[in-house]
Amino acid sequence: MNPSPLFSAFRSSLSEAWASGAGVLLPLGFFAGTAALVPFTLGSEAELLSRVGPGILWLALALSSMVTLERVFQADLQDGALDLWLQDAGSISLIAAIKTLTHWLVSGFPLVLLTPLIGFMLGVPPEKMVPAMLGYGLGGLVFFLWGGVAAALSASVARAGLLIALIALPLYVPALIFGVQMVDAGLGSPSFLFLCACTLFALGVAPAAMGAALRLAAE
Amino acid sequence: MLSYLANPLRFMRFSRLAVPICFGLGAVMIGWSLYNGLLVVPPDERQGGDLMRAMFTHVPSAWLCMGLYAALAAASFVWYIWRHELADVAARAIAPIGAGYTALCFITGSIWGQKGWGSGWHNLILGDSRLMSVLVLFFLFLGYIALRAALETRQKAARAAAILAMVGIVNVPIIKVSVDMWQTTTIHQPSSVLSIGAPEPQADDEGMNPVYLQQLLWGFGGHTLFAAAMILMLMRSEVYTQQADRHLALKLEGS
Repeated sequence: MNPSPLFSAFRSSLSEAWASGAGVLLPLGFFAGTAALVPFTLGSEAELLSRVGPGILWLALALSSMVTLERVFQADLQDGALDLWLQDAGSISLIAAIKTLTHWLVSGFPLVLLTPLIGFMLGVPPEKMVPAMLGYGLGGLVFFLWGGVAAALSASVARAGLLIALIALPLYVPALIFGVQMVDAGLGSPSFLFLCACTLFALGVAPAAMGAALRLAAE
Repeated sequence: MLSYLANPLRFMRFSRLAVPICFGLGAVMIGWSLYNGLLVVPPDERQGGDLMRAMFTHVPSAWLCMGLYAALAAASFVWYIWRHELADVAARAIAPIGAGYTALCFITGSIWGQKGWGSGWHNLILGDSRLMSVLVLFFLFLGYIALRAALETRQKAARAAAILAMVGIVNVPIIKVSVDMWQTTTIHQPSSVLSIGAPEPQADDEGMNPVYLQQLLWGFGGHTLFAAAMILMLMRSEVYTQQADRHLALKLEGS
């Protein structure tokens, strides 16, 4: 198979992320903003904040992952890139996977890098920071993959934001549960292994579903 | 049986008879189980006193909502592979009925457990893993319905919805396991003395167990027939709608 469509998909989604104003900063701002507002809603007691901190960050991660999902495949549908990729038979699932991974790299990975800062703000204990970062990375990947399925299914729908959220939220549940548990239980815990399993499962199933959905959207 | 009914003409002939029969039998069986469950059988104090009578609606609807999601996915799979129109009509009809039974299960479950846990209803809904997985199932049904409604052509809607239903069904066991694991470590509610969903009460209830189980089975049979009748009726109306569209198209064409 000719790898050049994969590179072009990678490059175009990278440039799209930077081109559309501050699109790439939106999830970051959402993530940081949520965490910064938490003390106002829950009170500023250090003990309470450090207990709920990791959970709040998971919630912020899940919600902020949805902010940009709507645009992931819609732009390709509108500018005709999708039709070109579809002519290269058999690679559409791979391209969808590459696009999702790029999306994660651009707006999911920065959240991981931001975690120590916000975790410090919320008083998350330092020994929990590394599991938390690893968890947010893996969990974010799960969120973007299932969210990508929802986005691909509703690629031809205008203003699909709420629809994407409704479709994706139930699929987020396992990663959310295992993720919150593994921050407390550490890297050796079964929850961490379950989270890894969720990530691998999503990596295996979601690209095929995205491919089928994109083929449908292009018609 | 299924391949025999795959022919729309045969299906219409079969369902014309099956709908009233299922409705009648289902209503009678639901009525019988409700009459016995609400008025005849003695209340079980440990299961929440009179509140446990919600069980005779709750447990059958819990079984049905899971069964209906599996049926939705099966119909979607059949449509996706063999493109049989009636399978899509079936999937489309199952979704709202399934969502309704999920809501029913959720509501009756929270009414029943209200007293059993005695710690406010919010703990009950958000603290119990079984009710939470039913809530997630409700969102899966809602997402399916919303996606169908959002896509403009019937063919596109059917394809997208079938993909979603298949993605959903492979995730349902994982969601179930994860929600069960979540409950064991939650700060809200450790595993409770009430086991919602289990038809048999504790062993020392001498002789009571079969009374409850019998009403549950009547209820289950009744609700299954009733749901089948509603689904068949929705399917019939969809087939009629498609026929009307075809007639209209032919008329506009002038033939």
